[in-house]
Amino acid sequence: MADRNQQQEVVMSLDEQNPETVKADLLRRYPIKIARKRSKQIVVNKVGACDDVPQISSNVRTIPGLIGQRGCCYAGCKGVVLGPTRDIINITHGPIGCGFYSWLTRRNQTDPDSSEDKHNFIPYCFSTDMQDEEIIFGGERKLRKAIQEAYDNFKPKAIAVFATCPVGLIGDDIHSVCREMKEKLGINVFGFSCEGYKGVSQSAGHHIANNQIFKHVVGLDDTVREGEYKVNLLGEYNIGGDAFEIDRIFKKCGISIVSTYSGNSSIDDFSNSHTADLNLIMCHRSINYVAEMMDKKYGIPWIKINFIGAEATAKSLRKIAGYFNDQKLIDRVEQVIAEELPEVKKAYLEIRPRTEGKKVMLFVGGSRAHHYQELFNELGMKILSAGYEFAHRDDYEGRKVIPSIKVDADSRNIEELEVTPDPGKYSPRKSPEEMNALENQGIKFSDYEGMMPAMKDGTLIIDDISQFETDAMIEIFKPDIFCAGIKEKYSVQKHGIPLKQLHSYDYGGPYAGFKGAINFYKEIDRMVNSKVWGYIKAPWEKNPELTATYAWG
Amino acid sequence: MKSMIEQRSAKEYTATKNACKLCAPLGASLVFKGIEGAIPLLHGSQGCSTYIRRYLISHFKEPVDIACSNFAEETAIFGGGMNLKIALQNIHQQYDPSLVGIATTCLSETIGDDVPMFLREYAEQHRNEKTAPLVHVSTPSYQGTHMQGFHNAVLATVKSVTTTGNFSNIGHVNIFPGMVSPADLRYLKEILTDFQIPYMMLPDYSKTLDGSIWSEYQLIPEGGTTVEMIRCSGNAAGSLEFGRILSREKQSAGKWLREKFHVDCHHLGLPIGINETDRFFQVLEILSGRPTPDKYREERGRLIDSYVDGHKHMIAAKVALYGEEDLVVGMAAFFSEIGIQPVLCASGDHSGYLKEEIARLFPSDLDQSIRVMDNADFMDIESAVQDIKPDLIVGNSKGFAMARRLGIPMVRIGFPIHDRVDASRKLHLGYRGTQQLFDRIANKLIEYRQASSTVGYTYM
Ligand code: SF4
Ligand code: SF4
Repeated sequence: MADRNQQQEVVMSLDEQNPETVKADLLRRYPIKIARKRSKQIVVNKVGACDDVPQISSNVRTIPGLIGQRGCCYAGCKGVVLGPTRDIINITHGPIGCGFYSWLTRRNQTDPDSSEDKHNFIPYCFSTDMQDEEIIFGGERKLRKAIQEAYDNFKPKAIAVFATCPVGLIGDDIHSVCREMKEKLGINVFGFSCEGYKGVSQSAGHHIANNQIFKHVVGLDDTVREGEYKVNLLGEYNIGGDAFEIDRIFKKCGISIVSTYSGNSSIDDFSNSHTADLNLIMCHRSINYVAEMMDKKYGIPWIKINFIGAEATAKSLRKIAGYFNDQKLIDRVEQVIAEELPEVKKAYLEIRPRTEGKKVMLFVGGSRAHHYQELFNELGMKILSAGYEFAHRDDYEGRKVIPSIKVDADSRNIEELEVTPDPGKYSPRKSPEEMNALENQGIKFSDYEGMMPAMKDGTLIIDDISQFETDAMIEIFKPDIFCAGIKEKYSVQKHGIPLKQLHSYDYGGPYAGFKGAINFYKEIDRMVNSKVWGYIKAPWEKNPELTATYAWG
Repeated sequence: MKSMIEQRSAKEYTATKNACKLCAPLGASLVFKGIEGAIPLLHGSQGCSTYIRRYLISHFKEPVDIACSNFAEETAIFGGGMNLKIALQNIHQQYDPSLVGIATTCLSETIGDDVPMFLREYAEQHRNEKTAPLVHVSTPSYQGTHMQGFHNAVLATVKSVTTTGNFSNIGHVNIFPGMVSPADLRYLKEILTDFQIPYMMLPDYSKTLDGSIWSEYQLIPEGGTTVEMIRCSGNAAGSLEFGRILSREKQSAGKWLREKFHVDCHHLGLPIGINETDRFFQVLEILSGRPTPDKYREERGRLIDSYVDGHKHMIAAKVALYGEEDLVVGMAAFFSEIGIQPVLCASGDHSGYLKEEIARLFPSDLDQSIRVMDNADFMDIESAVQDIKPDLIVGNSKGFAMARRLGIPMVRIGFPIHDRVDASRKLHLGYRGTQQLFDRIANKLIEYRQASSTVGYTYM
């Protein structure tokens, strides 16, 4: 008891600084009202009993005038979730910019040869390019023609329509246009009301995308494919070929992927995805809705897995094998791990002396700030601070806090689908007893423990970090590497600190799985130990007195 | 053979597929990035500013901070006045800017927000505090492309910042270069300095968007036109405005200064190639009363020398050219000097003047056929390119997919160039810029022929 009290009095320290003081420093420049709001989004971590962590305010609107990194609802819907699917023609209904900026800007890879028709529309950007006339008189007519044209030119299996901000305001009914064109063309045509002003970030768009895919696509094709241990891989977008590496490992283990949401995906796989026996969630934030709905409607359980980090990959594979509870798979998985791990270990043991103790910050996305900590831990690096751009409290604190999350006006506007068991197709993959037994073995269903419980006490957790705070954190801690995206890249590097892009991977990757881990170690080694940083100061800046002596000497 | 200058207002399609234009607030943001201590602020929802930042950043490879008034669903219904004011207050508090440039997005334009009124109210409410000049430009993208956004922002800035009064620096020249690269801007400044002409260049993002590593932390990257200089642009000895297309538009900063302050305006084409650059230098000689410094005579001499020596590699080469209209006209003018045929001149803009400006460069007695397409997207461009089978594609990175599909070599110019490391350092203007373009194009043609030759020659 005495011990505990003592512990509480100890002032937490973060890289020899008091994190509370640092926090106060970050808030100093804001007007009081805003400082108060931001102070709930900047939290000093403390992991208590039962993995309890302090509450963090998240998924709240960014304050006008604070330059942040978030995108809009449309970006989350069209850009993130639907973008990587190669055989749906995506039409952006709106003025030109929104479509243009989401044209091939994410590095999702796809393999068109894996579908029969070899369709690949990812390199195309279709936009109704609204003009004055449509803003004034409405754009439905133009949209109808655009759908017709896309069909005439490409004969796709499906066309999806995405609404941008002005569309909602001028009152175009994209859904009725879609229904009408679906009837007329005889292919699947569906719309997304993902106007950019909805919700507070791209997160709203993920939800809308999940809903519509579930409503319009999932369950359309009941063909049960061949293969054992059938899973869906959810929330894996195949940036830099991550999904290909996971595929490789799964193939080796004998695990069959029915569909991936949505890296390297085809609409046919989505239609068929309700035939899988387990859903695996990579990015919890962007896709948990589909998993939950599939569970309710078809009886497919989901588990959280993580293929970023060699140890995490091994652990995830064991979880999957545990679920199927078949000795053949269990043995196979162990064999694969035994084959793959030694090389990974060799790589990090070789690199570790050069990375050990170096300081890292990660501010990215809705899951990567958590997942990538695994790889940094493997390199012996120290994580000082982390945060998400658009995640919710459950991604920080764990799903156990969901009942206590207050639903604000912004979230209430996003539809929650009412899902009930499908009368014909609902079939629980495991009996309640089996589920219980598995839970007892440590497999947690429908659960994600969140990022904060995995982080050290005293680390700073910052939600929706602003550019201003980013600069301040760098000045205060001088980290050895900063992980974020292209928008932060060059400002961070101006400080003389390398930035690793965890959205686009700086044109590298894959980083998932075993081979990916090795790629990542090498990349981080190259970045933190690059000679470039040593040249920043010119000799006369390093030693002004010396130069002066020479000059006069 | 008869000249075939064919206007293809490419509207066989309704939808735009792979657009060859960006949206208006991007151009406006770029202008505000070229003003010292300024912060661009987009009035609308955050997606637009995030997308635009991302695009500018991946081209310039520099920090680009753009603030936003972050509309929510209810803002979209009830109007964005409150949000704009909060944003302005926060920007002042965090950044202490010397100017805030406010551009509207399609959202705030569609709901019809009265931004000037909001700004008046803000100024009134903050009477007793230091407030930076607030420049508002209306940039609905359903009315124009990034080029309109750019020129409108230059005009709006000059209009709202210029004041009358007695300034000490009388005799300077205003220069409105248009949307060119940081390297181009730096070179223009070097020329003006060598002519000993004091200048006010708007915008000037040569340093803000192509800066060195920081030795100490900068809240707003240093560099840019000072607000002070813009203030006295009505007192200038003259203005220079680049762009043949721009010169035909009803409004521009140069024209406004002439009407309002009687500042003489010289409308020039983008100085690419010998002819247009000669014109530029002639004007500089007049304005400065000095002869062209030797440095530039020599640059010109070397350029002509290389034209003579390298001509054979270019002559009769067919090039497909696309980009902003003024860039296309500038490049076509240069091509006309060295015997390159710009068989396709395409742009996503549609001022209506492109065809005439190209026709002026290639009078009808010439033995060539040129397709001019405005309002074009890459679908239109690609099908034309497929038809014409040019030897080379010249334009921004967005044409790469087409170049790759068709197996045609490509030289990157303009904006956006997000798949190369030197977008900011690419030079297009003046004798020096033309030299670089000439070298890059000649080498690309040689390299291609060399690679596809069965002989594999190594000496020429
Ligand atoms: S809404 Fe308008 S301003 Fe915003 S990205 Fe789209 S086109 Fe550009
Ligand atoms: S207009 Fe709306 S949908 Fe388009 S980019 Fe901007 S915020 Fe997103």
